[in-house]
Amino acid sequence: MKKENTNKNISKKVTNKKNIVSLVLIIAVYILLAVLVENKILNRQFRSMIVPIGANIMLAVSLNLVTGFLGELSLGHAGFMAIGAFTGAVFTLNSNLPGLLEFILAILIGGIVAGLFGFLIGVPVLRLKGDYLAIVTLGFGEIIRSIINSINFPSGLDPEGVRIMRKGTMGLTGIEIYSNYTWIYIATVITIIVIVNIVNSRFGRIMCSIRDNDIASESIGINVSKYKVITFVIAAFFAGVAGVIYAHNFAIMMPTEFDYNRSINILVFVVLGGMGSIRGSIIAAILLTVLPEFLRETSQYRMLIYSILLIGMMIFNNSDLKHKLIKKKA
Amino acid sequence: MTNVIEQLINGLRTGSIYALIALGYTMVYGIAKMINFAHGDIIMVGAYLLYVFIDIFKLPIILSVVLTIVMCSLIGVFIEKVAYKPLRKAAPLSVLITAIGVSFFLQNASLLIFSANPIKFESIIKVNAVHIGNVSIAGITIVTFIVTSIAMVLLTSFIKYTKTGYAMRAVSEDKGAAQLMGINVNRTISITFAIGSLLAAIAGILFLSQYQSLKPTMGALPGIKAFVAAVLGGIGSIPGAMLGGLALGVIESISKAYISSQLSDAIVFSVLILVLLVKPTGLLGKNFIEKV
Repeated sequence: MKKENTNKNISKKVTNKKNIVSLVLIIAVYILLAVLVENKILNRQFRSMIVPIGANIMLAVSLNLVTGFLGELSLGHAGFMAIGAFTGAVFTLNSNLPGLLEFILAILIGGIVAGLFGFLIGVPVLRLKGDYLAIVTLGFGEIIRSIINSINFPSGLDPEGVRIMRKGTMGLTGIEIYSNYTWIYIATVITIIVIVNIVNSRFGRIMCSIRDNDIASESIGINVSKYKVITFVIAAFFAGVAGVIYAHNFAIMMPTEFDYNRSINILVFVVLGGMGSIRGSIIAAILLTVLPEFLRETSQYRMLIYSILLIGMMIFNNSDLKHKLIKKKA
Repeated sequence: MTNVIEQLINGLRTGSIYALIALGYTMVYGIAKMINFAHGDIIMVGAYLLYVFIDIFKLPIILSVVLTIVMCSLIGVFIEKVAYKPLRKAAPLSVLITAIGVSFFLQNASLLIFSANPIKFESIIKVNAVHIGNVSIAGITIVTFIVTSIAMVLLTSFIKYTKTGYAMRAVSEDKGAAQLMGINVNRTISITFAIGSLLAAIAGILFLSQYQSLKPTMGALPGIKAFVAAVLGGIGSIPGAMLGGLALGVIESISKAYISSQLSDAIVFSVLILVLLVKPTGLLGKNFIEKV
């Protein structure tokens, strides 16, 4: 399954050395992951983190497309994730299709619905700039969450065949656990490959030109708003897919999981990894998902340490010390 | 009709607290060009300090209030010196993330010290309600109105008529030019943080007196809403923050009472988005022409 997908994406390009190396690397990492998980070399705690790590990578990479390459600050990424998670979960709860097909359909539906909302939100909002866009996207994240809170979701049939309606605030329960390391690995790899290819295409160069100077881009005939909206929709789609997979990892899902703190966390991955660096986003998403778990030993101090590390890393990133170190190396 | 008036008054009360917090956001944004995400948590720090001074150290109320306000100002300046000053030349996003880090830090520090359980706290404002016709206005509402009005008048005259106020306006207009004119930019920024945190402390005290319960995350939501208020009014504009705060409070209270309490947040944010779509710099924000 995995091999086919990666092959398909890569075969579009010439099979050059770089692509073959990355294909081998992708398969090697998967085998390593499979060995680690199947032989229980990783303990339970780490195994349970594989899906969240993958989801965070997908979210970080897709947000990087908007923030790093298009240069627009979005604080509502968790909102798209929530849309994907809830549509996907409501779909699997209410349909009777066989497992695999159901899950694939759920992933597609979740992603498409999130992308649709990305379009509806993107068209009016992307006229705004900078901090205004940030606060409006944050607002949209909160709007989505309070709407989810206030509607009733059909969540399957009870033993007598009557459809159960659950209030959004109560969250969804009894979600079938489809996600495992294989699914999340495939989804993450596809996301990364698609986004890397977008970035390296003509479209990616257009995004960068808009980021660097939108007026100049417009003057050479680029339809700035069109490309902004398309980028936003792509990012929303992948956030939705990440949401579906994340939702099918736990049986219970609450709307409070998708509040603005999560959006901010995703942004932290992007900024800390380096804006416009896909590799950076991946590394930051892995590190910052694992780090709080490592700090769990120190239980109540862990978030305190996390926040200090966050401030320290930002200050270090912009300090003279770092430039000196880099100069020494070079 | 009475009901509508009472809802309006409730809205104005919450709105005036939002306005106080929004002023801090707007001033810091105007001068340092950064969204101080930790500003909302200063409210929480203020509330906890007041609780510590009154319920644990058993200090008299007036002294506790003064101490709370002074401490909050100092904390605000300290945060600026430690976390934001090294990033003065960094990209705006780095500063934003740092501010988020500070916000996490404050919340988790108070979580460690006071635990997550809400603490009950008896209101320090004991003024009887006033009845006008059928409408009754609670004591806390009257005190909130008086305190916020005084704070706003003092702040406006401070910025308009004092030398430091001139300096603040100059720095917010053009940092480089202000420095050339002999203004100490760093000191001005510190003063701005001090004033912003002072206003947040007052807001925290009023907020605590209204809800009478403390928890480490209490500052987050009012902080976000106040920021929305600041943007609604036009960020960087002081009358805008006041107007935005009051408008937000009224919209929130009316939609809670007549539409749906669950959707009230959604309505508040929708109003913000609608306003920004028509007027992208907020109600009283300055329009500037982008030059190539």
